[in-house]
Amino acid sequence: MENPEQLLRKGVHHEALKQGAVKAVLGGMAWGVVLIALLIFGRICWDGAPVLLKPEFPFVDTAFLTEKTETLHVFDDASGTRHSLPASEYHGWVEKHGAESIFNETTYSYSGGGIAGPIVGTALLTLLSIVLALFFGVSAAIYLSEYAKDGAFIRWVRLAILNLAGVPSIVFGLFGFAVFVLAAPVFTDTPSERSLLAIPLGFTWFSFQGWNSSLIAGSATLACMILPVIITASEESLKAVPQGFREASLALGATRWHTIRKCVLPFALPGILTSSILSLARAAGETAPIMFTVAVAAKDDFPWEGATGPLGVLQSQVQALPYHIYTLAARIPSSDYTQRAQYGSVFVFLLMIFLFSTVSIILRNRVRSKLKW
Amino acid sequence: MVSDSPSAAVPAISIENLRFQYGEKQVIHDVTLDIPSREITAFIGPSGCGKSTLLRCFNRINDRIPGARVTGGSIRVAGIDIARPDLDLQTLRRRVGMVFQKWNPFPKSIFDNVAYGLRIHGEKDRSALEERVEYCLRRVALWDDVKDRLKSSAFGLSGGQQQRLCIARTIATRPDIILMDEPCSALDPLSTLKIEELLLELKNDYTIVIVTHNLAQASRCSDKTAFFFLGKLIEHGPTTKIFTKPDQQQTESYVSGAFG
Repeated sequence: MENPEQLLRKGVHHEALKQGAVKAVLGGMAWGVVLIALLIFGRICWDGAPVLLKPEFPFVDTAFLTEKTETLHVFDDASGTRHSLPASEYHGWVEKHGAESIFNETTYSYSGGGIAGPIVGTALLTLLSIVLALFFGVSAAIYLSEYAKDGAFIRWVRLAILNLAGVPSIVFGLFGFAVFVLAAPVFTDTPSERSLLAIPLGFTWFSFQGWNSSLIAGSATLACMILPVIITASEESLKAVPQGFREASLALGATRWHTIRKCVLPFALPGILTSSILSLARAAGETAPIMFTVAVAAKDDFPWEGATGPLGVLQSQVQALPYHIYTLAARIPSSDYTQRAQYGSVFVFLLMIFLFSTVSIILRNRVRSKLKW
Repeated sequence: MVSDSPSAAVPAISIENLRFQYGEKQVIHDVTLDIPSREITAFIGPSGCGKSTLLRCFNRINDRIPGARVTGGSIRVAGIDIARPDLDLQTLRRRVGMVFQKWNPFPKSIFDNVAYGLRIHGEKDRSALEERVEYCLRRVALWDDVKDRLKSSAFGLSGGQQQRLCIARTIATRPDIILMDEPCSALDPLSTLKIEELLLELKNDYTIVIVTHNLAQASRCSDKTAFFFLGKLIEHGPTTKIFTKPDQQQTESYVSGAFG
């Protein structure tokens, strides 16, 4: 080799400085995002944790999780002591001391008691919508990836599905209201007056009168919203399964459906579950789609109370955490007394998402470990 | 529909004037060839000469490739035209097994891999499955290596073992014909040798068609050899004749290593 000294650098190393700068900028961005996330989570935990956690055993304020939402009454008694009691205890207090011993009373809606109603509502909505979305989404993905011949039409279908992911959630809410709440078909003995079309079947009527504001209407709306993500991710997962598995299975004499069921779907399942974990968090957190289709601000009983069977549960309205948070923030005057319910709800909501995601990840890992790669 | 013990008179596979296209590209031109029963027939020729495509026509696995179609001629398996609309494709593929170039065991246990084909065809009895799985694994000389870890992943085996597992999986469904698409092209010489020994052992019970790029392999283990070039069948006959005194100049240059 001639001039081996060329291998040695002379003077300032500009390239290294440039590389360092690039690394610093990229790193700064990443850590900035982490910092913002930490600030948000920190604030929620700082304000929310004291509502839920207690210094003494069992360390969790179970009443906040298990009691229903009540109106909070804040007043002074005759001796000037300030009381803040939820409606149920307030009535007992009034009976005991008499209404004349209450001064400077103010009431705060939804701020007393617990948030059991919204927790139950959100859990039901999330579970139901993910089940619906997985059923329809995976079916569609199987068709698109395994059966459909690639052509102009299928490309349009794919494009439409992708675009659906960009539709604002409030539009899904209005769509759900127009379709599921007002127009979806039901079997009924007495069609409603506003039924769009009632078809007599002899023993009953098939009436396009909608499902009203109900758990099933809300779940269907949420399912529509997360469908594009589920379909796209499932299709990608199915396509990632090696062609060799399909050919080997077909060459052994398996039918197409059998091959999909035994040799494609099980191996795509971890990927499908990953996409549903993301969708699950999104479905749980959306407010706009459930505003018109299922959620109510106040409800005195759980969905299964007074319901006739599982169908009755599906027809009931529910409270939901995101909507509860919205109500507390935007629809009642804010004060020190509403903050407990507000921060507590947000904190519990975060914990719920965390729990859902953890369970799904554990489930996915179990499915994955059954595959013997 | 396919007779159980094919007589020597009816060839296992008979191909007549077969033409095949991928889209607009014709890859097989008027191939006529009979493949005898209980023998090993080797397809040789340079890459892209259509030999793998032809092999994949025998169990109609090409059906799933968009644009791939037979445009003329016929293939008969044990006398039955496999293009017939009333053909039971699943039974055809069970009777005409296939081993692929890249070994492709399922990400399941060793046992489940071999039992897969049996389960498809409705075998549920545990002891019958176990018996058949053991038989097949013994047949491919894999039993002693894996009998203690039947429940562990097939992916833990070496390449050669995985390919032998795939052969076991194929013979589990009791095929009459086994198609092999370059089964040793990604294996080391020792594993290749084992597979070749296995082929010679299997030909007592099965008709084997093997596509290979390895001329030495074709000359070592096949009874008949067919030489393809650019989608045409140039010459076919007993292996010794093809390799020692072929009729065609092209064949001679290929087997002597002048090109390809």
